[in-house]
Amino acid sequence: MCLAVPGRVVSILEEGDSSLRRAVVDFAGVRREVSLAFTPEAKLGDYVMVHVGFALSVVDEAEAQKIFEYLSEIGEQLEPDSGEAP
Amino acid sequence: MKFVDEYRDEQAAARLAELIRRRVSRPWTVMEICGGQTHTILKSGLEDLLPPEVTLVHGPGCPVCVTPIELIDHAVSIAETPGVIFCSFGDMLRVPGSRRSLLEAKARGADVRIVYSPLDALKLAQANPARQVVFFAVGFETTAPANAMAVWQARQLGIENFSVLVAHVLVPPAIEAILNSPGCRIRGFLAPGHVCTVAGYEDYEKLSASYRVPIVVTGFEPVDILEGLLMVVTQLEEGRAEVENQYRRSVRREGNRQAQRIVREVFEVSDRAWRGIGTIPLSGLALREPYRRYDALERFPPSQAPGEESVECIAGLILQGLKKPPECSAFAVRCTPETPLGAPMVSSEGACAAYYLYGRKEVAS
Repeated sequence: MCLAVPGRVVSILEEGDSSLRRAVVDFAGVRREVSLAFTPEAKLGDYVMVHVGFALSVVDEAEAQKIFEYLSEIGEQLEPDSGEAP
Repeated sequence: MKFVDEYRDEQAAARLAELIRRRVSRPWTVMEICGGQTHTILKSGLEDLLPPEVTLVHGPGCPVCVTPIELIDHAVSIAETPGVIFCSFGDMLRVPGSRRSLLEAKARGADVRIVYSPLDALKLAQANPARQVVFFAVGFETTAPANAMAVWQARQLGIENFSVLVAHVLVPPAIEAILNSPGCRIRGFLAPGHVCTVAGYEDYEKLSASYRVPIVVTGFEPVDILEGLLMVVTQLEEGRAEVENQYRRSVRREGNRQAQRIVREVFEVSDRAWRGIGTIPLSGLALREPYRRYDALERFPPSQAPGEESVECIAGLILQGLKKPPECSAFAVRCTPETPLGAPMVSSEGACAAYYLYGRKEVAS
């Protein structure tokens, strides 16, 4: 029930009152209307985490990359039985 | 799907598992709170990647599973009231009540509808002014802002034929109840990333400090869970007990202030009964004034005797991490998704459903 799915904001439907602000969000080809009431900072092209029709956060893309950068840096030392932990 | 597929990468998962294997020196038991995380662990076979020192136990993070049977029975009664349109997330429909489930009520003619968002239920109320529309407001902190917004909008727009049956629960009091239970062997927690996206993790810092237990706010994909486990194991091996945030792409320490504001506007913290566990003080949400007139319990007062649970079902022990589903004598025999005795067998976040679906029949020692 706490499932939230990332999708890209493809258009913003302005509504004056920020509690009624909505966007069209693309989930790998499937488009849905989503409330931006809780993410007034969301901009066109941003990825948002959507739960039951509401965007709960804007995805921090730089943070999202860090684990993969770390794993690729240490990758070669990490083949099983190649030695001690870095 | 971006921000999903890369977190299912097998090589990244294998490297994280290798890091955990190198870091661990003795046995540790870690609980993942959220049932969504439990399903990822079972579906992806993550336990097979982990060293034998790391034992995972599954927590109570399944709102459908902890909704009291009395409330399920009452939902069925409301749904069977002439003129009512009863709306719910799909997960609730097959949960067994003591008489029948909402799905069985629907089959017998009740107007039960599955909605994707509480705002869809509100739209149904607008479109059907002569009917009473009731929404089953179930969920943890993640769902509370959406449900609060539906009630807030109902008041703003003067939609009086809309009400909510509230079954909202909160995660930190449940973690505290687990830590206080006798024989608790959990040494670290993966905290639920979407709950913390809304609520932040300041409350978890108090728990971590008071009970000297590492808590890592963690996402839902295999790479997220393995990185969260690596962070918990590292803390345990180094003798630290802090809150760390693995799910930084979505969670900020203070959470989502706008979402918190609407929750505080519409709800107040209250005691809550958890199915199979009992009442936990200040562990839920109830409507506050002036929103109480949207409470379905006021509009449709309960009239029947409290329901009875299956005597064989051990869902309460499973939800507290004290037993695993295959330890239940009814598991996959008398209790299946088609003939459930308890809610964890039918919820998409239930531990029993995860073990049943992904074929983990054996019990880790």
